[in-house]
Amino acid sequence: MTEYRPQYVGTVTKYVFVESPGMTPADLAIRAYEISQGVMIKETCFGLQITGKEDDVNAIIVSLRELDPSHIFVKDRGFPPGDPRRCRANLGGARPGYFGHEFEISLSRFISKGLERLPTREAGSIPNPPIPAGTAKLDAQKLQKIIESEET
Amino acid sequence: MAKVFIYPTTSLILSDLVARFGHTPLSAALQVRERIQTPGLESPPLQMTPEEPKRGLRWAAVEVPSGVRGRMSLYGPMIEQAEAGIIIHDADFSFGCMGCARTNELIQFLLRQTKVPILDLRYPRTEEEGTEFVAAIKKFLQELGGGGA
Repeated sequence: MTEYRPQYVGTVTKYVFVESPGMTPADLAIRAYEISQGVMIKETCFGLQITGKEDDVNAIIVSLRELDPSHIFVKDRGFPPGDPRRCRANLGGARPGYFGHEFEISLSRFISKGLERLPTREAGSIPNPPIPAGTAKLDAQKLQKIIESEET
Repeated sequence: MAKVFIYPTTSLILSDLVARFGHTPLSAALQVRERIQTPGLESPPLQMTPEEPKRGLRWAAVEVPSGVRGRMSLYGPMIEQAEAGIIIHDADFSFGCMGCARTNELIQFLLRQTKVPILDLRYPRTEEEGTEFVAAIKKFLQELGGGGA
């Protein structure tokens, strides 16, 4: 086995996704480069990856969110950008995890709408969120009927 | 600021909303980052070593497959830290390090055993559902207290 020496120890990496009618990832990247101050920024097709000390990264994200608060989404990433274990340049095909992002980004317009409407909701109104339909367990009485129909 | 376990732990939407409303999302990336930044022996792609299934014994019995125990070494510590949980039930994309149905069942079972407040949801499919989805998460997180929401 080979010794493993990690890179970028003590840093955090965060994804910044933008899905907005008024802003492209390139617009976001330009703004991020302006305020980056030594933090590593990688532009991608969906937004950015920002790597650096946690406080610096968070400060940049706060500034970026102000540009389009309801259409910018942020999450942590375990790997630094371009890591050969994850980067599609080395693996071929989409990066592992991309399909999950692709799926959720397709729903982000509903979340954006929810964030925009949030301030206009009546204070104290009770939310009625989409809830799971429940488990598809077979009802005991229905099972009994199936058994009886088979026996006759 | 409460630590909120999110399921799927790789969810962008939940991770963003929890952080946006002033709490700390417990996502898989935090555990993966810890392993990626720790020196040791090369064990690509996730730096999961043979030690991980042994650590997983804390949350899963010895006869449980090593894949489940290895995954539990990622998620188990987060379940123990969690002060609340948000679960989305129709996440078909739960693959990658989340791609084990038995682990996913065990995660939800252990989370419910901790008796922390849990919000059960499914993904919104319309703008109206999206509005209620966001409002429900905000209300749930506000009731935890300590957030900036």
